Amino acid sequence: MIYKGKQKIWADYQKEIPDDHWFYVRSCIRQNFFPASEVTMLKIFREMLGKDVYETPHHTTCGGIAYHNECIPQETQMAIIARQFALMTEAGYENYTCSCITSFGLYCETMETWREMPEVLERTRENLWKACRREFEVPKYIAHTSDLVFKFRNEIADMAKYKLVNKDTGEPLKVVEHIGCHYAKMFPSKGVGGAEYPYVLVGMAEKWGGNVIDYPERRHCCGFGFRQYLVKANRGYSVSNTHKKFESMEPFHPDFIVTNCPGCPYFLDRWQYVIAEQTGKTYGGNGYGIPVLTYEEMAGLVLGLDPWDIGMQTHQIAVEPLLDKIGVEYDESKKYAGTGGKPLPEPEFPMNIRCC
Amino acid sequence: MAENVVVIGGGPCGIEVSRNLRDMGYTPILLEKQSELGGHLREWDRLFPEGVEARKVLKELTSDMRGVKWFTDAEIESIDKSRKGYTVKVASGMTFESKVLVLTTGFKLFPAEKKEEYGYNIYERVITNADLEHYFSTHKDSRVQNPKNIGFVHCVGSRDEKACNRQCSKVCCATAVKQASEIKELFPDATVYCFYMDLRMFGRSYEDMYLNAQRKYGVRFVRGRVSEVSEDIDGKLFIKAEDTLLGKPLKMKLDLLVLMTGILPGDSTRQFSEMLKVDTGEDGFFTPKDTILEPCRSKENGLFMAGTCTGPKTLPETLSEARATALQVHKYLSK
Repeated sequence: MIYKGKQKIWADYQKEIPDDHWFYVRSCIRQNFFPASEVTMLKIFREMLGKDVYETPHHTTCGGIAYHNECIPQETQMAIIARQFALMTEAGYENYTCSCITSFGLYCETMETWREMPEVLERTRENLWKACRREFEVPKYIAHTSDLVFKFRNEIADMAKYKLVNKDTGEPLKVVEHIGCHYAKMFPSKGVGGAEYPYVLVGMAEKWGGNVIDYPERRHCCGFGFRQYLVKANRGYSVSNTHKKFESMEPFHPDFIVTNCPGCPYFLDRWQYVIAEQTGKTYGGNGYGIPVLTYEEMAGLVLGLDPWDIGMQTHQIAVEPLLDKIGVEYDESKKYAGTGGKPLPEPEFPMNIRCC
Repeated sequence: MAENVVVIGGGPCGIEVSRNLRDMGYTPILLEKQSELGGHLREWDRLFPEGVEARKVLKELTSDMRGVKWFTDAEIESIDKSRKGYTVKVASGMTFESKVLVLTTGFKLFPAEKKEEYGYNIYERVITNADLEHYFSTHKDSRVQNPKNIGFVHCVGSRDEKACNRQCSKVCCATAVKQASEIKELFPDATVYCFYMDLRMFGRSYEDMYLNAQRKYGVRFVRGRVSEVSEDIDGKLFIKAEDTLLGKPLKMKLDLLVLMTGILPGDSTRQFSEMLKVDTGEDGFFTPKDTILEPCRSKENGLFMAGTCTGPKTLPETLSEARATALQVHKYLSK
């Protein structure tokens, strides 16, 4: 691999990301899968970097899951997005950031549609007014929250307590970066680094000490693929997608996977358990799986936040081997402690994959 | 004293226009921005369909340049048009006057790195058709190391709306078949695959060359495009494609992938189009006055153009057009 060639492509796909004052919307499914990731992102930006990130409890879904499953037409989905933008406008913001990759892709698609066809924008304004008497401005800037973390990767590195380095060998950790399909595959210019060799997660991992692996099935879907999973009869496709990726990355012996999409960490994490149950095969060392992190968790770890506060116990795959490699301090007894130290029910342990 | 005719572009077309004008009694002034005459022909090893050596053709073309005033490193600074004709100023300070101007500014190859999914300049063993010609000439390229499995991707940057280049580049199919056969001669144990959309073997004996590639060299033609290229842990290329005749996706490991980059308007086409107010088509090439009856003239009086600056052409077509253009210039000046 010629690193300079990638750098040239990365230089071609730069994206303007404002420093401050963001209107923030959460992801429907992340709040269920890995809720602490969004909390961690807000903590890093508000408390550690001193940035203004505004959110409102009145925001809704972007409509993405219904839209991509053809349950709602584009006109309805545009009206939902217009309402989100109305909330931003009412709050006095121009910069819009979302936690979900599907939403990000949909915002880009909607804004491009409006740019190409102003009459559709006008119709959306009318629809929104009829539906809820709201008006909106199109955001001046739109970014995924991984873009924001990427932008402040140097500041985070300056504050870091740990590096993505094996504390025993001093070697950089081997990182698989997995980008959500809707981040840049539809609009390469909207993603940091473009669609073929996205830089957004590479930039973070490298800045914080890791080495990124370029493996053959890097571009492949995580396995979610909407109807591959959402239609129950298709779930075999979903797990076989994920299986393909793990078989492809296995020879590179990755230390962990980092993702920037709501669905990807879930499927790459949970399907490792299913693959282990079906085939008896595990992909991490000593019977463990390969830990799968969100980028907020990766940032939280290097910043020295408590792994259980940033939600790493909500993963199927045990993260302790990774924490030990980095040298992160943690208290095993607090892994399943709730608010105020209240003990929460512990999960059952699977048969074929070690979970500490 | 013989009348001057300025010809801009010192590739095969410009050379042939100049030589023919010279033979008709004019003094051609041939201006080339590179440091040598010959254009892309200098970079090529052999030419389809018979495999004639490119350097021999170029040597023949440049063997008798008597009476042609030719200048290399001649970057055009300005061109002014008046009632008398054209005044061409070169960056070195020289100025030439001529009643007519002939543009033979040629083409450039599609930059392969723009098709990011193929990994040119990212993955070590991905090269272009031009790189392979250089290897055939020199046998020096660290990327070509006794390859056992070799792929050729046709239409890289041609017939590709996404690459903003809709037209067929005309010469790449024949070049791919030629190169696939040549590399098989060099590496007889290798398996060679050509991934094509459809094969445009339009010229005399091109079809024979294609059949020969299959029968004599065993080149395997797969109708379908390569969708992505990556690298495995051993540094081998891992490609995904589709065989549209079988209706199946396929994956393959290769030791070498050759990208058949297409033909684009030369870098100076836009410059001269703006300088001389010459129309270009949507494809960026100069638009002649009439594509059937006047393919060598522009709408502007006294402005002629020939060769690949008006669209992709084979070398014989380019040379024929060069001779036709010289005659057209003579006809114009004899009025």
